[in-house]
Amino acid sequence: MEKAKKRQFGIIATIVLAAAIVLGLMWATATANKNAEHQDTLARVEKLGRIVWGVKADTRLFGLMDTKTGVPKGFDIDIAKALTVQISKQTGVPMSAEFVPVSTASKMQLLKNTNIDGSVSTMTITPEREKIIDFTNQYFDAGQSILVKKDSGINSIKDMNSSKYTVIVVVGTTAATETAKFAPKAKLLAVQDYATGMQALKSGQGQAMSTDNAILYGFATENPDYHIAGGTFTHGPYGIAFDNNQKPMIKETNAALATIKENGIYNQLIKKWFSNVPGLDWRSLEAK
Amino acid sequence: MALLQNNFPTFLQGFGYTLLSSIIALIGSMILGTGFAIMQILPQKWAQVIGNVYVQVFRNIPLLIITFFFFLVVSKYVKMSGFTSGTVALMLYTSAFIAETVRAGILSVDGGQMEGARANGLSFAQAMQHIILPQAFRIALPSLGNQFINLVKNSSILAFVGGLDLMYQGNMVAANTFDTFSTYIIVAIFYLILTLPLSYYIQHLEHKLKRAL
Amino acid sequence: MVTLGIFSAFTPQNVLYLLGGLGITVGVSVISVILSLIFGSIVGIIQFERLPYFSKFVGTINNIIRNLPLLLIIFFVYFALPKIGIHLPIFWATVIAMSTFESAMLAEIVRGGLESVDNGQFEGARANGLSNMQTMIYIVLPQAYKKMIPPIISQLISLVKDTSLALGIVLSEMTYRGQIVYAQNSTYIVPVLIAITLVYFLLNYGLSLLAKWADHKLA
Repeated sequence: MEKAKKRQFGIIATIVLAAAIVLGLMWATATANKNAEHQDTLARVEKLGRIVWGVKADTRLFGLMDTKTGVPKGFDIDIAKALTVQISKQTGVPMSAEFVPVSTASKMQLLKNTNIDGSVSTMTITPEREKIIDFTNQYFDAGQSILVKKDSGINSIKDMNSSKYTVIVVVGTTAATETAKFAPKAKLLAVQDYATGMQALKSGQGQAMSTDNAILYGFATENPDYHIAGGTFTHGPYGIAFDNNQKPMIKETNAALATIKENGIYNQLIKKWFSNVPGLDWRSLEAK
Repeated sequence: MALLQNNFPTFLQGFGYTLLSSIIALIGSMILGTGFAIMQILPQKWAQVIGNVYVQVFRNIPLLIITFFFFLVVSKYVKMSGFTSGTVALMLYTSAFIAETVRAGILSVDGGQMEGARANGLSFAQAMQHIILPQAFRIALPSLGNQFINLVKNSSILAFVGGLDLMYQGNMVAANTFDTFSTYIIVAIFYLILTLPLSYYIQHLEHKLKRAL
Repeated sequence: MVTLGIFSAFTPQNVLYLLGGLGITVGVSVISVILSLIFGSIVGIIQFERLPYFSKFVGTINNIIRNLPLLLIIFFVYFALPKIGIHLPIFWATVIAMSTFESAMLAEIVRGGLESVDNGQFEGARANGLSNMQTMIYIVLPQAYKKMIPPIISQLISLVKDTSLALGIVLSEMTYRGQIVYAQNSTYIVPVLIAITLVYFLLNYGLSLLAKWADHKLA
């Protein structure tokens, strides 16, 4: 190419690329606005014939990866399966359940982004979260506790209100905000997931790990040197989460939840997962 | 914009920790890297072996695993925070790359110079310090600069171990506001403030060096 | 007790699970390196051609991407792009993020490789009646790629290592699977970390030997 031609080509190519970027950005903004509009989850899952559930993969009792099948196992997964069957019956549309492992840090984003349809992942119902996403009625009764070494001398969260203590929490959990209310002077160490949190506790990165009691019982079962100190200091039942303004989906799920509580499936699952946990009064978790 | 205003102190704190971690890791990895580069070219066989093994091991395993190793395993015996574990891992990892760069720099200095210096009565260490290393560093400067940029970028690994850095704070803000798009763009701009000027300066150096050769 | 832990971590099913993770790690790396070779070459050639304005423009965008942490790009693709309607499954989100980042890195390598090809070759080819495009494809690029094989292999090594960052978006690659295995029993942590470190090392060290061999063979 001669110089003039090269120059011409350069200028045209620059304009085309710049225009493509500007148009792309405009299109992106438009899509972002459109996406902010309402999308009906129930209509989507009925159309696709499947419900994609976000579940935990690192949490004993609720959702722990089975390395043989590559699918997590636990109370949350069984509840999601039972709900999918029940919702299929109610709507008359056959649906399958799919599971996507989520981290505590990522699950809210994935719901908002519709990567997953719903989330059964040890998620506490809070007023702040209810502003952004929708919850069903509670499906599990939980409250926050601390897990400490048996010989640590720490008897409750109040004992930890000092800058010499570090409490380990997981990014994006209610424990991260609640701990600061009960032990404002203690330092917080936020990690990405529970497996890392437990390892961090064992290696002395902090003196306690704080999250919901049921999750901590799972860790205490496996690590006999550790115990739950001082019972629960908050009350925060778990709900099944959907994106915002999903009234039809919430209604179906609540009806399904009520049905499995009535017909005994729910209590079977509570017994299956929690009857062998030492120190936990699993009978109190049953649906009355 | 409101997002930036509301969370400015958080972002700034993250920026500070990223900068601090990068500087500590840079100084440490320069010292370690130069040390291992010299070991690799010493006449003693055992020194060469140690230098080679060190460089090969740390070049070929993920930084994330080194970080987890310090954060979760080493800290059982030696107390260290997430920030410290991440910074130490970053330092060891980067030092392997710096060792390679410095070694290449040393080898590109004419071999006759060492002999000449030794003939004039300088010890190996003196010749290294006063004659060879200054030239080697000058030649290696652009590559070293690239390693420093990599180091700043890699410091985002601290986010995995609660290291309070820019990426960690960005994740926190994203988790609280749900405005992932704007949050990550702001985090990107903060990183670019550190890396982009450096990158252009290195390109400038490379051009200068090319012309000088 | 400790020795027991070391062996009990590696049940056949856990080993298979970890190896499956290695498969995903290698899959992501190989697809990404191929995609980034294509895009990196295009961007590298544009920069090498020094087209007025255009090369500078593309070069600036390339520099911005090159100077961002890969982890940030991964988070951006998976968590922020859905906001503008681009939904990617986790595997492809990782591939796209890594290809974008690596393309920017490879573009620099391609540009450097092209610049190292002797200028006389261009003129000779042109004198023999080849067009600019033909000269590029048949004469210059093959020579440049030959010189670029070792740096491209080092980029592949980086990709294998960097796939571990996708742990942050719960991609089921080897490091994540390692975490899942030590979530079963926390005494597994040391053996599992050592085992996956060893696998990464052997794979990458093998690749680096290949790069060295290629360097000798082609020099």
